[in-house]
Amino acid sequence: MRVSIYALVASVAVTTSAFAAEIEPTAVSYNDGAVEMSLTGVAGNPEEGAKIVGSKKLGNCVACHEVSALPDIAFQGMIGPALDGAGDRWSEAELRGIVANAKIMFEGTMMPSFYKDTGYIRPGKAYTGKAADDTLGPLLSAQQIEDVVAYLATLKD
Amino acid sequence: MNKFTKGLGACMTAMIVASGALADPADDTLVINDEIEIVTRTAAPAHLSDALDEVMSGWLFRGAETRDMERDDFDNAGMIFVEKAEDAWNTADGSAGKSCADCHGESTEMAGVRPVYPKYVEAAGEVRTLEMQINDCRENRMGAEKWKYTGGDMVNMTALISSVSRGMPVNITTDGPAQSTWEQGKEIYYTRFGQLELSCANCHEDNYGNMIRADHLSQGQINGFPTYRLKNAKLNSAHARFKGCVRDTRAETFNPGSPEFVALEMYVGSRGNGLSVEGPSVRN
Ligand code: HEC
Ligand code: HEC
Repeated sequence: MRVSIYALVASVAVTTSAFAAEIEPTAVSYNDGAVEMSLTGVAGNPEEGAKIVGSKKLGNCVACHEVSALPDIAFQGMIGPALDGAGDRWSEAELRGIVANAKIMFEGTMMPSFYKDTGYIRPGKAYTGKAADDTLGPLLSAQQIEDVVAYLATLKD
Repeated sequence: MNKFTKGLGACMTAMIVASGALADPADDTLVINDEIEIVTRTAAPAHLSDALDEVMSGWLFRGAETRDMERDDFDNAGMIFVEKAEDAWNTADGSAGKSCADCHGESTEMAGVRPVYPKYVEAAGEVRTLEMQINDCRENRMGAEKWKYTGGDMVNMTALISSVSRGMPVNITTDGPAQSTWEQGKEIYYTRFGQLELSCANCHEDNYGNMIRADHLSQGQINGFPTYRLKNAKLNSAHARFKGCVRDTRAETFNPGSPEFVALEMYVGSRGNGLSVEGPSVRN
């Protein structure tokens, strides 16, 4: 028993140090809906961000938003405003806040909160319909949020 | 209309067409077999008047080909299952050696039943769905095994019972002894479940007519249930649909037949009061 507990402690320590700079979902500080500080300290990659915005398995932002800069993605939704020009309308900090938890900037909005891991009603295990277990994390990782923000910043009119 | 506004209108139409997002409900009317007139849009029932002006069948949100399949029973694949249920209706089952027909007569005697379910059943002291009533007959009058809530036999039988009421207005009672169940269903309808934190209302009240990815959102009405879906080529019950929609919010679903879904069915059904019973309908 003792051996495995030591092993566990050791592995937790490694994980923590590897992501030392990462801000946990519950620790993000919002200022009027905006988040000034990078969640990771590592600059976002706009190409990765574009993939996340368009992918059904990742952000699936196009389920609700049109993005003309991604013409290869068929069937873009029209629930929210088109994201064209989002990089002109919003600062990087505002974009980070909107993507991480849009409900702070837009009260009651339908847009899901992508960097949040508590406070859900009957959270499920992805799309299985089964109850979530202790692996429940935010919809996107901290670095994925940074990548999406970097991509949105490129959307200028 | 002056030249300027006309020009503006034309330009806006062009924009909408160009973006491929023309997504209003169809301007169309439904008459089945050239004789059953179906009310597919009507004034919202009083209890909904602060949320919606008009209620609309999901039929109006489907493409022309899918809509056409519902105009004639020969083109409506759901009717094949109605025929199967007609056989079951007339076949004795269980220890009592009785069929549905032995107690109820022809299946057409069930006209008028579908529009008022779910309802409070005095003798049972609870709100019941059609499925619950069917299983009550099977267990207690026929001495037969209960059918699985969303299984083929059950869905087929609800399609038969619905088909003989097509054209009649949905008329679910929301007050009296049913009221607390109805209120519970309403509460569920507006709760933002799951990791996506979406309620039924987010999609079907606030955004009907809009595209969510490839799907054209309807009002999520259940007057057309069970529906034959081209996607899975079988009849689908309302509770199976609820389960799918809740699952898509990344939530832990409720089970078909659970008290929560019975209440939700009562509430959602009442949002369609005034629309015609349309099941078995055709959807994609
Ligand atoms: C289920 C629907 C939905 C999804 C999914 C969604 N959004 Fe939104 N989003 C909205 C709505 C609705 C608004 C408008 C805000 C409001 O409610 O007033 C919005 C607003 C925004 C805005 C501000 C738009 C502007 O220019 O004013 C940005 C930026 C944005 N979303 C980005 C994203 C990104 C990036 C993703 C995916 C990681 C995403 N959204 C996923 C519904 C959605
Ligand atoms: C994320 C969006 C979303 C949410 C939330 C949602 N639905 Fe749906 N629902 C859909 C889509 C997409 C369809 C298929 C297109 C249509 O008919 O609207 C659908 C279809 C339906 C239908 C079939 C309508 C028909 O005519 O065939 C019903 C009934 C329904 N939903 C009820 C519900 C109920 C009840 C809830 C809440 C428990 C709910 N939905 C939550 C997206 C959603």
